[in-house]
Amino acid sequence: MRAMFRDLGEALREFVETLGAMTRFLGRLLWETPAALMRFGLVWYQLHRIGAHSLLIIGISAVFVGMVLALQGYHILNQFGATESLGVMVAMTLVRELGPVLTAVLFAGRAGTSLASEIGLMRATDQLSGMEMMAVDPVKRVIMPRFLAGVIAVPLLAAIFSALGIFGGYVVGVGLLGVDAGPFWSQMNAAVDVRTDVMSGVWKSIAFGITASLVAVYEGYNAPPTAEGVSRATTRAIVITAVAVLAINLLITAIIVGEG
Amino acid sequence: MTRPAGQEPHIELEGLRFQRDGRPIFEDVSLSIPRGKVTAIMGPSGTGKTTLLRLVTGQLLPERGSIRVDGQEVTGIGREALYRLRKRIGFLFQHGALLTDLDVYENVAFPLREHTQLPDCLIHHLVMTKLQSVGLRGAARLMPSQLSGGMARRVGLARAVVMDPELVLYDEPFAGLDPISMGVIVRLIREINEALGLTSVIVSHDIEEVSQVADWAWIIADGRIIAGGTPEELRGEESPWVRQFMHRLSDGPVPFHFPARDYPEDLREVPR
Ligand SMILES: Nc1ncnc2c1ncn2[C@@H]1O[C@H](COP(=O)(O)OP(=O)(O)OP(=O)(O)O)[C@@H](O)[C@H]1O
Ligand SMILES: [Mg+2]
Repeated sequence: MRAMFRDLGEALREFVETLGAMTRFLGRLLWETPAALMRFGLVWYQLHRIGAHSLLIIGISAVFVGMVLALQGYHILNQFGATESLGVMVAMTLVRELGPVLTAVLFAGRAGTSLASEIGLMRATDQLSGMEMMAVDPVKRVIMPRFLAGVIAVPLLAAIFSALGIFGGYVVGVGLLGVDAGPFWSQMNAAVDVRTDVMSGVWKSIAFGITASLVAVYEGYNAPPTAEGVSRATTRAIVITAVAVLAINLLITAIIVGEG
Repeated sequence: MTRPAGQEPHIELEGLRFQRDGRPIFEDVSLSIPRGKVTAIMGPSGTGKTTLLRLVTGQLLPERGSIRVDGQEVTGIGREALYRLRKRIGFLFQHGALLTDLDVYENVAFPLREHTQLPDCLIHHLVMTKLQSVGLRGAARLMPSQLSGGMARRVGLARAVVMDPELVLYDEPFAGLDPISMGVIVRLIREINEALGLTSVIVSHDIEEVSQVADWAWIIADGRIIAGGTPEELRGEESPWVRQFMHRLSDGPVPFHFPARDYPEDLREVPR
């Protein structure tokens, strides 16, 4: 019993330490951001690499998620004779919650892990110290372009996720279950508010983009220079991001709902 | 034996002490490296030759003692000053340390792109001439993973000198090269040194090649400088340490083994 508490205390201490270190690292990255944006070519190259890799799995997942939302939603709404609200339900769920959250988690699984292992391997094979020897700061040259590309990519991918998800919902709802196309779109248009609903999704996806990218580059940059160290960093990149994104999502939702 | 006579030093170490995990690597090392010459640092494997280069470039901090490069103290200067200093130093890593996401051409161009605003045509010219001199112009578009160890070392060499540094540190430039490229590289190091008037430091244990190329050699063993002199002087040296190293004798005071406890005792005791 005592051992369990000790382990828990140990885990808590480690958690707080990691959080502190990540916050300091984020501070450093934000400080470097203006200079890194000046060399946008490097960011663009990474954006291309990261975005292109994630686009396919995010697109496919989005269509599936939209379809399943329409199936379940139709079933429930049908009991209240409100199936014409199916469009609203699918769109709200995607834009406010599932779009940003699932995009961030999928991004972490596809791009975050490869960023972490790439950077970890660069450290393990002396490439980062090689850069330092050439008077090139690896944070500026390697970390910043990857971090910024992730921060930019996630909101864009989340928007694509929501759009394709709504398309999937349309295919199932209108095409398969016979909901009228007219109210599907018009009710959605009337009910989804750009200022509150869409913006809350946008804010979320920005927060998640920063989280997922930060965790990935931090874990890679601080990985022990061994095979085991790099593989652990890769795992941590996805696990920490997934938990953090779900927790932050709850927090933001609570604040927004609380405000009315 | 403390210093090559009558020459202005480019690098000066004094009373250097450095340890790793409680094991001293250097006890009390003082040496000087003359400007504009080729100096070799020799010694058995694991004595800390690479460590010495890392200390000189500020990648590691000594526990005690001073390191001056170009009259400037390296220990404890800030990151900015260190980076300014490193821009004037070319460094050949023992294992190349090429950037694996860039091809050979871009690897050599990397310092130029990072530190200068030169137009592409000039960068192209510089990169191609350096690659030509190490015989790898035809490999310009290969990725580092497609190179052999010796080829990677030669690319590292081209990259180390592409910025026209004042000081070049070569960590084992000859290891893993075939006799032909070895001859080419030996001549290249000599030529670069004379044409550009820079200071070269070669870490190596290839006595033959060092004798051909170096003006001065230091021998390190057991955490100390055991000898220094021109390669001819060292060949004639009487001290058993130097004789053993220069004449490749297996018996002598220079230890071949990493520090360990009694051999029979180690054999008897099975770790569990
Ligand atoms: N990262 C490290 N952590 C702990 N000890 C190290 C580390 N790197 C090197 N050492 C130790 O420092 C000593 C000197 O290593 P160094 O690499 O400088 O040797 P070297 O003279 O360059 O050898 P070689 O000729 O084989 O390259 C070795 O005994 C090694 O065990
Ligand atoms: Mg070495």
